[in-house]
Amino acid sequence: MAEKKIRVLVGKPGLDGHDRGAKVIARALRDAGMEVIYTGLRQTPEMIAEATLQEDVDAVGLSILSGAHLTLVPRIIELIRANGQDDVRIFVGGIIPDEDVPKLRELGVDGIYGPGSPTHAIIDDIRKLVNQADQ
Amino acid sequence: MPDAVLQGERLAISRLLTEVENDTPAGQAALNQLFVHTGKAHLVGITGAPGTGKSSLVNQIALHYRKAEPPLKVAIVAVDPSSPFTGGAVLGDRVRMRELSGDSGVFIRSMATRGSLGGLAVATAGMAQVLDAAGFDVILIETVGAGQSEVEIVKLAHTVLVVDVPGLGDDVQAIKAGILEIADILVLNKADRPGVEAAERALLGMLKLGHPTKHLVQHHGKLEEVLAPADTAADDWLIPIRRTVATDSSGLPELLEMLGKHKAHLQQSGDWQRRERSRLHTQLQGLVQHTLMSQWRNQISDEEYSQALDKLVARELSPRQALQALLG
Ligand code: B12
Ligand SMILES: Nc1nc2c(ncn2[C@@H]2O[C@H](COP(=O)(O)OP(=O)(O)OP(=O)(O)O)[C@@H](O)[C@H]2O)c(=O)[nH]1
Ligand SMILES: [Mg+2]
Repeated sequence: MAEKKIRVLVGKPGLDGHDRGAKVIARALRDAGMEVIYTGLRQTPEMIAEATLQEDVDAVGLSILSGAHLTLVPRIIELIRANGQDDVRIFVGGIIPDEDVPKLRELGVDGIYGPGSPTHAIIDDIRKLVNQADQ
Repeated sequence: MPDAVLQGERLAISRLLTEVENDTPAGQAALNQLFVHTGKAHLVGITGAPGTGKSSLVNQIALHYRKAEPPLKVAIVAVDPSSPFTGGAVLGDRVRMRELSGDSGVFIRSMATRGSLGGLAVATAGMAQVLDAAGFDVILIETVGAGQSEVEIVKLAHTVLVVDVPGLGDDVQAIKAGILEIADILVLNKADRPGVEAAERALLGMLKLGHPTKHLVQHHGKLEEVLAPADTAADDWLIPIRRTVATDSSGLPELLEMLGKHKAHLQQSGDWQRRERSRLHTQLQGLVQHTLMSQWRNQISDEEYSQALDKLVARELSPRQALQALLG
């Protein structure tokens, strides 16, 4: 049996064009041995949820620098859960003001990362949480 | 799980694809049950050098099948390379397929090669079977950006599209001969770019060399036509060239028509059955090899094996003598 690979969707919901962070993360996860499905810019919540379903990923990473996280993230999580994917882990990065962190946590976001977050910490968190979900 | 897949339930399909990709016992068992429901879909391979527009074309082909009357259900399997160093991969083909989102008659799945060389992954064939059983009429399989040796797709697909673009230069054209050989339809994409005429002439030239009814040979510096061998069948498929612009949709209706013609040709000539047979032959042979190999490897200790290897390295045994020693 082949070794279980961690599959992660990295998406950029919303209308802003800041894609450097998403690309940096996609590459870092690949270099950590993960398979990363990159969706590209300007995804609607529906597009992200659909890709999450078709790709059967273990985790979804959202990169949002537009300030619209409080509208986008709840909608995306709602759609993913409605598809029956209860154990998909959710990670959010980008520009997230401190006061919004507890709100996102409450919605079920597993990890939140602002500018300058070291990629090795992100990789460790994803590995840890995905492996927990598998048990 | 197999029942839900037969009903076309998307979560079940998606989860089974993962089981099959990871070659788990559950995945193997489901494939056993589903196999009787496979063999209906038209498997179309899309291959060609990196960046020639394969994903954009897949997007357009799917869009056009969805607009056909009646619309066909389309599944897409897009394969990208795994890094040989880390085993990781960035699978980016979906970026070009955003127009297909929101359509429940389309299912897109990305996968990494996980160490396979021929342009596909080991599990690609099994995953195509799942999608076939799930009722998709057409399965579009995008290979990794291929050179000349990534030709596994010819063993899996009924119809192979080889995508070329203008401006790659004559040297590269010659190198690509290996991959041209597997084409059922040649697509000259990016036909909006300069150099289409030259590229089409170059392709035509190479095709004529392999043309079954007419042969052009270099004779004292001139191209001369030579008559076909008498045993060339009249209903042989002549590889057509179709120009496309995958960023709008020029040439797409003509390409779809050709895909339909090729399918009809396969069915009328009996080639559909022959390709089916050779595909299953390849799959069976792979399984036999893999299974016999691991059975044998389980019977023999690592020590025995490395002793034989030592003798081989010391030139005390030849590779064939080592084989004799190991097979006992
Ligand atoms: C570079 C940049 C640009 C570039 C973007 C180039 C590109 N293709 O990405 C350009 C010049 C185009 C640009 C334009 C704009 N920008 Co700008 N831009 C920046 C800047 C300076 C750096 C962003 C960056 O690339 N950082 C480098 C990457 C690697 O870091 P990162 O994205 O933060 O990613 C890290 C983490 O956040 C996290 N992470 C990010 N994504 C993800 C995803 C996952 C899954 C995980 C786990 C982690 C994670 O991990 C990464 C590594 O640590 C920021 C300010 C800043 N210091 O952040 C402003 C900033 C983001 N921009 C801003 C604005 C307002 C704009 C404009 C609207 C300006 C204007 N008025 O025109 C336009 C919008 C353009 C558009 N179409 O959307 C604001 C956003 C304000 C807000 N959200 O409240 C910022 C914060 C500047 C500011 N202080 O006001 N911008
Ligand atoms: N001008 C022009 N550009 C095109 C055409 N088709 C695709 N492109 C562009 O070519 C680039 C590569 O397209 P893709 O569809 O990603 O090519 P690909 O062969 O799938 O690439 P890989 O999967 O990376 O090998 C993109 O920028 C497309 O927009 C076309 O017909 N004309
Ligand atoms: Mg592609």
